[in-house]
Amino acid sequence: MIKCDTPKEIGGMGHSMKRKEDDRFIQGKGNYVDDIKLPGMLYMDIVRSPYAYAKIKKINTDAAMAIDGVVAVVDGKALEQYNLHWMPTLMSDTQMVLPTDTVMYQAQEVCAVIATSRYAARDGKEAVIVEYEPMKPLMDPYKALNDDAPLLRPDKEGKTDNHIWNWKAGDKEKTDKVFEEADVTVKEQMHIPRIHVASIETCGCVADYDKVNNHLTMYMTTQAPHAIRTVIALVAGHVGLTEEKIRVISPDIGGGFGGKVPVYPGYVIAIAVSFLVGKPVKWIEDRSENLQADSFARDYHITAEMAATKEGKILATRFKILADHGYTDASANPSKFPTGLYSIGTGSYDYGASYMEADAVYTNKPPGGVAYRCSFRVTEAVHAIERITDRLALEIGKDPAQLRMENFIKKEDFPWKSPTGWEYDSGDYHAGLQKAMDAVGYDELRKEQAEKRAKGELMGIGISTFTEIVGAGPSKDFDILGIKMFDSAEIRVHPTGKAIARFGTKSQGQGHETTYAQIIAQELGIPMEHIQVEEGDTDTAPYGLGTYASRSTPTAGAAAAVAARKLRDKAKKIAAYLLEVSEEDLEWEPGKFFVKGAPEKSKTIQELVFAAYTNHPQGMEAGFETTHYYDPPNLTFPSGAYICVVDIDKETGQIDVRRFVAIDDCGNIINPMIVQGQVHGGLTQGIAPAMYESLIYDDDGNILNGTFMDYLVPTAVESPSWETGHTVTPSPHHPIGAKGVGESPTVGAPPAIANAIVDAMSHLGVTHMEIPITPFKVWKTLKEKGAI
Amino acid sequence: MTKEITITLNGEKQSLEVEPRLLLVHLIRENLNQTGTHIGCDTSSCGACTILVDGKSIKSCTMLAIQADGKEIITVEGLATTEGLHPIQEGFKENHGLHCGFCTPGMMMRAVELLENNPNPTEEEIRWGISGNLCRCTGYNNIVKAIQYAGAKIRGDELPSTEPEFV
Repeated sequence: MIKCDTPKEIGGMGHSMKRKEDDRFIQGKGNYVDDIKLPGMLYMDIVRSPYAYAKIKKINTDAAMAIDGVVAVVDGKALEQYNLHWMPTLMSDTQMVLPTDTVMYQAQEVCAVIATSRYAARDGKEAVIVEYEPMKPLMDPYKALNDDAPLLRPDKEGKTDNHIWNWKAGDKEKTDKVFEEADVTVKEQMHIPRIHVASIETCGCVADYDKVNNHLTMYMTTQAPHAIRTVIALVAGHVGLTEEKIRVISPDIGGGFGGKVPVYPGYVIAIAVSFLVGKPVKWIEDRSENLQADSFARDYHITAEMAATKEGKILATRFKILADHGYTDASANPSKFPTGLYSIGTGSYDYGASYMEADAVYTNKPPGGVAYRCSFRVTEAVHAIERITDRLALEIGKDPAQLRMENFIKKEDFPWKSPTGWEYDSGDYHAGLQKAMDAVGYDELRKEQAEKRAKGELMGIGISTFTEIVGAGPSKDFDILGIKMFDSAEIRVHPTGKAIARFGTKSQGQGHETTYAQIIAQELGIPMEHIQVEEGDTDTAPYGLGTYASRSTPTAGAAAAVAARKLRDKAKKIAAYLLEVSEEDLEWEPGKFFVKGAPEKSKTIQELVFAAYTNHPQGMEAGFETTHYYDPPNLTFPSGAYICVVDIDKETGQIDVRRFVAIDDCGNIINPMIVQGQVHGGLTQGIAPAMYESLIYDDDGNILNGTFMDYLVPTAVESPSWETGHTVTPSPHHPIGAKGVGESPTVGAPPAIANAIVDAMSHLGVTHMEIPITPFKVWKTLKEKGAI
Repeated sequence: MTKEITITLNGEKQSLEVEPRLLLVHLIRENLNQTGTHIGCDTSSCGACTILVDGKSIKSCTMLAIQADGKEIITVEGLATTEGLHPIQEGFKENHGLHCGFCTPGMMMRAVELLENNPNPTEEEIRWGISGNLCRCTGYNNIVKAIQYAGAKIRGDELPSTEPEFV
């Protein structure tokens, strides 16, 4: 049972309170960006390149302009007049808003048609004729480094090759030495494929520039409204659009998962057009545009190695990475590390040596590098380490659960310093795995597997015991364009004891309106139903860096708790004044202060708030509100132990995920119902890349699955019935001991599934399978191994 | 060129002049300003635009407005009555069957017809029954529970527990 310090009427931490936001969503009263309709609004549609790499010879807009309702066609040359044809990326690279001469990937924006209706804009788009001179695209990241590879970014001064950066972490010499001397070393080459977040709502915006007041209101699907406001000011400040003249409103968002962090060209074009014509401009991309042009995730080619003693003591890991960034480095990675948090992903095991080296290259693919429900590249790291751990178990003939149990960092050894320099805050990995093994019936399953193998049937059990790393900041390691990654909360309690709380984060389904209210209810004793939470309006919310990388609870959740405690301190002073005792004589229970030893002498929080406006002590500032900016001292380290059981049909290669048990540890839990819901959702986004999703390109740069017809998002049929549970290891440095959970399952699930499938075939000599593991891949492997 | 059609939307009969190529989902969202029905794809794959046309769940991005002439349409806005929420709405809220809420209206409209045809579906029947509707947030477990809850409510059976099985 999860401990609750407050009664359900207050609804603080630990209660499965129903969500406050649901009433509008279940009645069709959500307000998503495409629901916004402003007087005189124009519609924008975008002409995109059919080629992955081509010179633009000519753009003929005559037929488009002749269509009734088409107002303008904007191309790169038009934007160039205002120096708005380029924009910076988060990785200090540059990206075209619209091209002036060359297109660099299929589906790249070529020009934009502006019209008085959605249909006229689409008609105009079809009527624009672009003449191209196609060139042979560079699609293979390994070939990008060849001497004869075409130079993709001659626009970058001094650039002579397609290499973007090289980055290293850990101790090379020490690690190499351990590998040289180790009894056992194992190695696998793996590709974590390019995938797409595919939130069910695509991206879009309404840019509304008011010429008279020189003011821009930007309604957009952004996970980070304040950061976007600053970026717009940096990009468009030179044309007079400075930060105080910009209001970014992020209305309800239909799923984000990292895909709504970047600035896409469509947003900039819409702003530019609204600025030029002085009317609101709506741009909503369709699904195919979303899949084909918006930021991808992953696309890391990894060589993973592990060294150990023959008894199975892990001694070291070594990783070599080639990162395919597409045409520009536009990773949504606000850390000082080019590989994001890959370097932190040395796993849950106690060993002292690790070295990793990564190179990034340009290719003719769309840019990106967003998270897909994870904390900046930790998924890639976790997949490599959990796969290579299983590879070691296979090599030395030890049960993979046993191997993990023997190598886990012990709970008394936290805080634990990783070989790449990070400090894990807390964890109890043994308890988590034991709970998962008990829940799934591990020993019986191994017996069943042995019996099935004897009969020639294929069954596999896969484990993943991962450590996630979330909650960016701390500000020493994380910033966006120099802005440190703290986060904020503002609480205003009205005289009648009802509150509004505002945040710089932005929910995309995580349930902030409920969970933030529960944190404040916990700390202040005001019922959560009396606390209105508001996010997503830069005019009203305190500055914050947004919601992604499971950072909202670790940062803004902490800010809410600290702000509420500041207010509780003020309430205590008022209580001492009203009850005519000293503060030391007062005790708190949720909702009131009372005099020690005389509980009948008390003041409720509502009475104290009212007094803050009506009868506050002389010399005390009136009112009951505060703001807190919270810069976390460290990241938080949620963990999980996942066990997956698969049955494989030998004749077809069909994989049936029979069971999947997930035990998560996200520290103290704010709302068990919401945590469980986040885990369910994350698990389905974990099975997705493990078995179904990857963006596939041919040698000519054509995307082969750029629609929902062939990019396989799991339905309720592919998604198993998830079995979930938890352990609680509070974060020692977080004000409420919470850690964040939304992304853990997406990070932890893919290797559990891959390990299960490999385990089902390991007796045939299979040591690795590349995700997504499809029935065809399984069938082909079985054929190769002579099993069918 | 336009054509006059008459539809009944959530109980309100109305006549409109529409372009023959206008999609039903755009008629509902843009001409009639009922924005609870959403658009999530361009290939009839995601089901976010699912509505009821003469009681049958259809994807309104794949039907022309003129094809709805003379028909009765119910969208998410038409689910609740003066008596309160529809059982499917209650089921989704009580069982945390939604996160971002974007797929939810379509998912609920599909579930309404599913339960109409099969008031006591098994988990497998529910999963197959909603396989034309994508959800990217919830992992479907709680959507299944939400539909089971609504089924029990419609049948008048004892309601299943809405406590999370997060032990």
